[in-house]
Amino acid sequence: MRVGVFICHCGSNIAGTVDVARAAAELRKVPGVAFATNYMYTCSEPGQDEIKQAIKRENLDRIVVAACSPRMHELTFRRTIEKAGLNRYFLEMANIREHISWVGLDKEANTIKAIETIKMAVAKVMQNKPLYSSSFKINKRVLVIGGGVAGMQAALDCGDGGLEVVLVEKSPSVGGMMARLDKTFPTIDCSICILGPKMVDVAQHDKIKLYAYSEIEDIKGYVGNYEVKIRKKATYVDWTKCTGCGLCMEKCPSKNSYDYFNFGVAPTKAINIPFPQAIPKKAKIDPDFCRQFTKGKCGVCAKICPTGAINYEMQDEIVTEEVGAIVVASGYGLIDMDKFPEYGGGRYPDVITGIQYERLLNASGPTEGHIVRPSDHTEPKTVVFVSCAGSRDKSLGIPYCSNFCCMYIAKQAILTKDHIPDSQSYVFYMDIRSPGKGYDEFTRRAQEDYGAKYVRGRVSRIYPKGKKLVVVGADTLLGTQVEVEADLVVLATAVTAAPGAAQLAEKLHISYDTFGFYVESHPKLRPVETNTSGVFLAGAAQGPKDIPASVGQGSAAAAKVLALFSKDMLESDPAVAKVNENTCVGCLKCKLTCPFGAIQEKELRGGKIVASVIETVCAGCGVCTSTCPCGAIQLSHFTDNQLLAEVNAICQK
Amino acid sequence: MDTLNLTKSLNLSFIEQVSKESGQNPSLCYQCGNCTAGCPYTHFFDYPVSQIMRLLQTGQRDTILSSKAIWLCATCETCTTRCPCEIDVAMIMDTLRIIARRENKVSEKDVKLFYDSFLNSMKEHGRLFEVGTLLSYNLRSGNFFADADLGPKVLEKGKIHFLPRKIKGRDKVAKIFTRFQEKAKKHG
Repeated sequence: MRVGVFICHCGSNIAGTVDVARAAAELRKVPGVAFATNYMYTCSEPGQDEIKQAIKRENLDRIVVAACSPRMHELTFRRTIEKAGLNRYFLEMANIREHISWVGLDKEANTIKAIETIKMAVAKVMQNKPLYSSSFKINKRVLVIGGGVAGMQAALDCGDGGLEVVLVEKSPSVGGMMARLDKTFPTIDCSICILGPKMVDVAQHDKIKLYAYSEIEDIKGYVGNYEVKIRKKATYVDWTKCTGCGLCMEKCPSKNSYDYFNFGVAPTKAINIPFPQAIPKKAKIDPDFCRQFTKGKCGVCAKICPTGAINYEMQDEIVTEEVGAIVVASGYGLIDMDKFPEYGGGRYPDVITGIQYERLLNASGPTEGHIVRPSDHTEPKTVVFVSCAGSRDKSLGIPYCSNFCCMYIAKQAILTKDHIPDSQSYVFYMDIRSPGKGYDEFTRRAQEDYGAKYVRGRVSRIYPKGKKLVVVGADTLLGTQVEVEADLVVLATAVTAAPGAAQLAEKLHISYDTFGFYVESHPKLRPVETNTSGVFLAGAAQGPKDIPASVGQGSAAAAKVLALFSKDMLESDPAVAKVNENTCVGCLKCKLTCPFGAIQEKELRGGKIVASVIETVCAGCGVCTSTCPCGAIQLSHFTDNQLLAEVNAICQK
Repeated sequence: MDTLNLTKSLNLSFIEQVSKESGQNPSLCYQCGNCTAGCPYTHFFDYPVSQIMRLLQTGQRDTILSSKAIWLCATCETCTTRCPCEIDVAMIMDTLRIIARRENKVSEKDVKLFYDSFLNSMKEHGRLFEVGTLLSYNLRSGNFFADADLGPKVLEKGKIHFLPRKIKGRDKVAKIFTRFQEKAKKHG
């Protein structure tokens, strides 16, 4: 066996704190090592050529590259040695950058640690076996989770690309947050006017299958072959019969139901169609408020419905769909106003959130676009906007900026002046964040042309005084405390992860950050990929995002799915668990511990029961290998012998 | 207002001293102004509390130590409660008062006198003797009849007494003071 060792300087990243020449010299003394060298940038083209040439010249059959994390360049070097005629699994990487040179400054200690780490890799690579991946067919259907603007864009682009799309939306209509907005910045075009055509396209597209009012129950499988269980929640209305005529909603006697679509800014009926442009335009019953459910008698809607669509006995239904890739566009949530009691949101009816104000401005909202105070339905003349209500507030556990509030506050200030010309808006802000195209000009317009008074400072508290609300804040530019007697206060409440985001992530096996936002594979270079292959991200599920960015990500995720599906077969990773049927005792403990459901029972010809691994499902985590009482199940490329060889290498003195 | 020469006046060791003594990091402050917005005494301050924080961030030692604001602060802790950056602003104000007193830079002599009278009464009687504190403060500050009009009212309600009330363990309370003063002497 002839091992070649290549130690990378990585410029000064490694060579700055590790004596790479000394490490190479030490490695040359290790039995089995036929060649060892150090090189400025091993990942560069000349660096890779050096490896290829050395393999031929020195007749090397195993390669160790001591450089960065295998997450960065393992694939690069696997391809390199494959081109030189070696099996790609005859490569080991020793991570001497992230694990050593970046960690400590003591060059002597780092060098010793690097030498030992590389020796471990040499011991491992000498135990490596050639592995070959098999290929498997992919199911070219895609699941899109979330029917907001990002999800719809991904669904439409995939559908236009010829893929069959399954679109699952939690609420009764697609459209998401954008469907609730009145106008959009910085062009003040009507939100539903630009979103409506997309919603209609989704409904009419022959490649898109829409499950509205449905949620993901369970996901099994792997890239190329997922089995998805979808819970179609009971609407108590047979949507195949419902024509969306709205008669039921008109006659329903339960008038005080919470309106989820309008964020409770006004009540709705217990049977309702969320908004006039809803897709699908179908009614649903909210059993928390419906008298048939709460009191056991009513039945008005069943009597009035011209098509007999009402069914109080309806149950949730589980359907199964098979797909090959998943786009997660599950959107965002908003912090509750009760997190800042000093503002009185919830206690004072005229302290509302930004999204509630959108519904007041919106012609299809509960006030038909007339701005009125929720308390007495009078027109407010003084409106105060409070930005960063919860955002950039470490004490509430939200240190991040919510991204789009500065812009929508400027828009709402402009629209307020449009609706009520003799009104005066005040905007309390800390910084104006408007880095998009045409965005800063827009915030200037709110001040220059629409007379919004921007006050730099936070609001400390809000208290009622007669019919008014006194907003006490600071103007840090003046260095004084300021007060505004307002008729209406709008809080730009912080963006949070969508409710249930963590549970969905666990079903998808994708990671999420401390705040519940999904983590992309690389913050710059793989912004819509996750670390689970076949699962992609779009929109605010990954972090607060405005409409253009969400749409961009929707299209990007679709492009990734189309690229993945451009092949007919995918290659499986051969680094998976394997069962030695001679030593397996059939206890099937491995089956119980496998988090991916990759282990099956198998009966051999003699009737002996053994465990069997479904190669494509196995994620190579290794839990089964440490569970197995007789060492019969081994993870290829990480067998006990390979790992023990590393341990032996480091324990030798 | 004169131009502030930051290269000359940025006193980094002062920032470090205040950070260390207060246990707070002034760099966490992003100047949102919420401390000023909530401060009930800001009307009497020469610098609102958010500006004291800014002066601290820019190391303006002399301006801060000679300011009236640090002495007029009532330690109500609204600033601390409201601060989104979780800075104990009231603790910083307290630390600034301690440093100013140590360096004999007390801008509001009466406030210092009141503190002294209050603490002396505590040391002597083990608890507050209101009339004694008041007399001591009024005599030393020269405001002989300050708050005298309130006397009959509170007296009628039995809130104050002409003689100090004796409590158990007076000597122990006094010991706390001695112990603290000795410790302070040791550490300069």
